Amino acid sequence: MGLVDKSRLPAPLTKLFNMSRSYSLWVYQWGLACCAIEMGAAFGSPRYDVMRLGVIPLPASPRQADFVCVSGTVTDKMAPAVKRLWEQMPEPKYAISMGSCANCGGPYWDSYSVTKGVDQIIPIDVYVPGCPPRPEALLEGVVLLQQRIKNEDMAAKWRGDEFTTLQRTRAMEAGEVDRDGELINVPTAPTLETAQAVDSVRPEPIVVGGGPIE
Amino acid sequence: MTLTDRQQLSYIASQAADARLNVELETEGMTLNIGPQHPATHGTLRIICRLDGEQVVWAEPVAGYMHRGYEKLTEVRTFPQVTTLVNRIDWLGSFANEVPFILAAEKLMEIEAPPRAQVIRTILFELSRIANVSLFLGDLGVQMGAITPVFLAFRDREYILNLIEGATGGRFHPNFDRIGGLKDDLPKGWIEETRGAVKKLEQFCDTIDDLLFGNEIFQSRMRGIGIIPADIATDYGLSGANARASGIDWDLRRDQDIPLSYDLADWKVWTHPDGDSWARCWIRLQETRESCKIVTQLLDQIPAGPVMTKVPRIIKVPEGEAWVSTENPLGEMGYYVVSKGGLGPFRVKIRSASFNNISIVPWALKGVYVPDVITILASLYFILGDIDR
Ligand code: SF4
Repeated sequence: MGLVDKSRLPAPLTKLFNMSRSYSLWVYQWGLACCAIEMGAAFGSPRYDVMRLGVIPLPASPRQADFVCVSGTVTDKMAPAVKRLWEQMPEPKYAISMGSCANCGGPYWDSYSVTKGVDQIIPIDVYVPGCPPRPEALLEGVVLLQQRIKNEDMAAKWRGDEFTTLQRTRAMEAGEVDRDGELINVPTAPTLETAQAVDSVRPEPIVVGGGPIE
Repeated sequence: MTLTDRQQLSYIASQAADARLNVELETEGMTLNIGPQHPATHGTLRIICRLDGEQVVWAEPVAGYMHRGYEKLTEVRTFPQVTTLVNRIDWLGSFANEVPFILAAEKLMEIEAPPRAQVIRTILFELSRIANVSLFLGDLGVQMGAITPVFLAFRDREYILNLIEGATGGRFHPNFDRIGGLKDDLPKGWIEETRGAVKKLEQFCDTIDDLLFGNEIFQSRMRGIGIIPADIATDYGLSGANARASGIDWDLRRDQDIPLSYDLADWKVWTHPDGDSWARCWIRLQETRESCKIVTQLLDQIPAGPVMTKVPRIIKVPEGEAWVSTENPLGEMGYYVVSKGGLGPFRVKIRSASFNNISIVPWALKGVYVPDVITILASLYFILGDIDR
């Protein structure tokens, strides 16, 4: 798969890959607050049973996960941990933000200790609004994410996402850094233009229900 | 010498023997960090343990990962808006969080909800207790590597959530309590449905009793582990099931005169002399059964009448201070409300049970083995929103 970002895959093969990727999603449950219980109900309870959608909710660590479901209030104290978790996940990776708190601060929009929106820290693919969203809403978010994965241009995803991680992998391949990430030759720092270019590759986020993300 | 003391002594003796062994084996010290995100902590709590061999010599919880600033936020909200916030403190039994605040506001305004509202409040209070503790009982299995109970809990909890949703409109955060009564009356057919659902929950309790409490592995990992004697429990301010498991016969539902209708029902406050992890979990199981009993009895006794007294449209609470605490699913939860006669409270101090439940962690974890850390934490039962607020 290392060839994906360098060349173009033929369309049928892309379709096949995307299909298999979208139906074998391992989700890391980053449950932070009340929404975590609804996420637990959606992912772990017999009534909602997310496995029938091809989502496997029990990876042992973020390093084995395909997407993360950030559910609940991200506080300023927790934010570095969320960022770090995101950096630990391997590419290609996706994120669902569940609940008003993770979307924009929710009921704590004027609190001094709450990060108003996890999208300040990590890029979000699907927003699920609600306080808490019903498990059905989260499942719809998962389905929307799967649709996005199915229609994805893999090459762009592989190339464009998460500048730092990818840059580091490239740098490793090019022999600029060693395996521990120590610099052998200092590469040029990412400029604003490259950062903007990365942003332009990122697709627009989806909002479940189509409304505003609150 | 009571049973508790004897067990305590034997446990201490065995720990001392292990400590000697550690010296002989020249085990090395190590720091183990649990969390902030760990499947076995109910949310984002971090616990730092210093280990000697396989024994914890020092442990400290690091709270604050879920601090959302409730006490400050209540100062910029009006009285009716505060319930929206305090709902989310203990998110498993949300309705129970609203009640003490509303009672405190009512106390300041010198009004009282009509009898019908009081009984319905009590029923919803107990339903949220069942919703809360049933998930605790299910989760207990997960902490010990048994997955099945949590599926059962999620399945049967849905019945209660459906009821709460039917009556209040919200599965999780009902925001149903109003100063002076309730937002709405019960919907048609709700009482019959509740009877059925409570029966299901009673069956769930029996299943868990067989599946978990009758399980040998469960017993050997819980019995005699994490003993908290009664005097230590009172020193650290434990309340609710944790205190009752140490033999303290104290239940605010029974011992306090608040306008909730617990005296209409016939129920029992369970205590346990042992004070170990098993006792704490067992007390919670019995409490769920008692709650089912209370609900079924109160369903027959809902008086007719309005659910709301006359309150002004714009609620201004007269100047004064009030403290009301109730027996929430996790223990004593209280609000100290100071009003300066404005639209919103001047200051609200929230006393939540979980904060005390984890403040005993450094004491309770001293000298235990690493596998017991998780079971002791699980049996102390805390909810992160309730700790950090
Ligand atoms: S969005 Fe609502 S339910 Fe979810 S974590 Fe925030 S306050 Fe809790």
